[in-house]
Amino acid sequence: MLELAVKGSKRYYGWMALLLGIAGVGFLVYLKQLDFGLGITGMSRDVSWGFYIANFTFLVGVAAGGVMVVLPYYLHDYKAYGKVTILGEFLAIASVVMCITFILVDLGQPMRVMNVLLYPSPNSVLFWDTIVLNGYLFLNLVIGWNVLEAERNGVHYQNWLKPLIYISIPWAVSIHTVTAYLYCGLPGRGFWLTAILAPRFLSSAFASGPALLILLCLVIRRVTNFDPGWKQIQSLAVTVAYAICINVFFLLCEVFVAFYSQIPEHVDHLLYLFVGLQGKGAYVPWMWTSMALMVAGIILLVNPITRKNELTLIVGCICVFFGCWIDKGLGMISGGFVPNPLHEVNEYIPTLLEGMITIGVYALGFFVLTILFKIAVSVKEEVRA
Amino acid sequence: MDTSRRRVLQLLGLSAAALSAPPVFNALAKEAHEPAAAPQIGPSKEALTAKQWAMVIDTPKFKSEKDVEPLVEACHKIHNVPHWDEKRWEIKWLWATHYEHAFTGTVSRRFVAEEVQHRPFLVLCNHCENPPCVRACPTKATFKRPEDGIVMMDFHRCIGCRFCMAACPFGARSFNYRDPRPALKYTNKQFPTRMKGVVEKCSFCVERLAEGKMPACVEASEGKLTFGDLFDEKSKVRELIKTHYTIRRKVNLGTEPAVYYIV
Repeated sequence: MLELAVKGSKRYYGWMALLLGIAGVGFLVYLKQLDFGLGITGMSRDVSWGFYIANFTFLVGVAAGGVMVVLPYYLHDYKAYGKVTILGEFLAIASVVMCITFILVDLGQPMRVMNVLLYPSPNSVLFWDTIVLNGYLFLNLVIGWNVLEAERNGVHYQNWLKPLIYISIPWAVSIHTVTAYLYCGLPGRGFWLTAILAPRFLSSAFASGPALLILLCLVIRRVTNFDPGWKQIQSLAVTVAYAICINVFFLLCEVFVAFYSQIPEHVDHLLYLFVGLQGKGAYVPWMWTSMALMVAGIILLVNPITRKNELTLIVGCICVFFGCWIDKGLGMISGGFVPNPLHEVNEYIPTLLEGMITIGVYALGFFVLTILFKIAVSVKEEVRA
Repeated sequence: MDTSRRRVLQLLGLSAAALSAPPVFNALAKEAHEPAAAPQIGPSKEALTAKQWAMVIDTPKFKSEKDVEPLVEACHKIHNVPHWDEKRWEIKWLWATHYEHAFTGTVSRRFVAEEVQHRPFLVLCNHCENPPCVRACPTKATFKRPEDGIVMMDFHRCIGCRFCMAACPFGARSFNYRDPRPALKYTNKQFPTRMKGVVEKCSFCVERLAEGKMPACVEASEGKLTFGDLFDEKSKVRELIKTHYTIRRKVNLGTEPAVYYIV
């Protein structure tokens, strides 16, 4: 099927060239980072994880969000999703590719990464994260590819795929649970030390992942002859509406526990993020923007009139996507490290160079995504014709 | 391509010759060397040992920054710890902070005795009995030595993921955001320098203990710091803990820090 990815219009090739160009610039900056060290970023002794890990965390969510089409289709036999399941699986693949790239880019000694497998350490959550992420990538590649190929050949997919499909559903939950465990099991980091972190990660995943999928479906409707279907998009929008409500509810639970108990270790991080602490508050406007975006997303997606209108649906999905990105990407990681264990406030501001590497990784991810979606859409067009 | 029988035979002959070469070279190389003395591995006979090393810091004896500087300097000098002016790249194994920062969450931030408020409190890796950093490390590059409880770093195995830095509740770890060597004014050839991209921290001077010497900061402290075996009832540290009121940093987290403070 790969041949479908190289047969395309000029517009397709232009888009791919653009993505490769951006990824290439990111790669050149990465070579600079490899030479100089992570000192080109804004990270410090106190905030030792930054933009890369933040985007990694967010994208694990987008990857896990793919299960919101896989589960209804395969477990509840919701036939309508037959058209979009492959898009969810391929979005998951591209997201995991970005996740793994972000981890590699974040390592101080990337050439030693195989030490994780050479000296397996079951005590470390990072060891398990490596396993679940690569496993999820493998599952989606095998399932997505074979199901699509069967569809192309006009036959039912092979029976041995069935168990893999069933495994992939809890596996999607596992990738984001394990990613949350990276943070919530650490003593002395009050902001993350909460049992609701994994559920919170999952709720924002099931909001932002399908929100992105809706936007991608609408793009596919415009630029190709394949229509993922308005009904499907509407079902996804309901999922997003529920998930973003649950996400905001979980956030409010956190706020209640912190501010009613008034334990400084839990309160101070929230104070830093939302009003500033010891005169420092670079994230304050961002966090309030995030809250406004999520509330706007809820209003636009819960209300059936705005959910069923294409324009307001698009606006709602963009609100949810970027609201979650700020909340989970920027705030979650940076907020956990400030104030530091000695209760000093040293802020983290990403640098231009790490921003360029980040954009490069996203370009790489969208390059992979475009190839996969091109194949999927071409097969769908072929089958219909 | 030329695949004649003759060509194949030529190749086979050359391969056979190449395969037989190493033993011949090795045999020749051996003759040229005198048998060298076997390198000595492991601690010397004078090595200091303990079940769990621990430190007691007699904080009233520290009046001002001047009492702290020689200790920090001794530590950073012999361990090739670089000095960066850029705060983000800062590396520190041992440093002084204020009372409410050292014991955040444990002691009152208000109405503190004036003398205590101005007293410098040394902070360093606590070599916890139950270290969260060791639990977090995905490559066992940081590990707790079973024989004496020292939490150590393998600079050559560390992949620089910085999970240990997130896991440490004491902010004891530093990361080499760039090559530290250009920032060294002086290099101690007895101790390794580091490369960019790895984490480092206090090691309770394992290399000195192995030679029968006390940690550098303890030696430079002129009695303000006491070092010994926490699990030996007769040790000096146990004696001090028994006779003085001591506190530790963030005991509520259950990591069991091995650095005790007399306040």
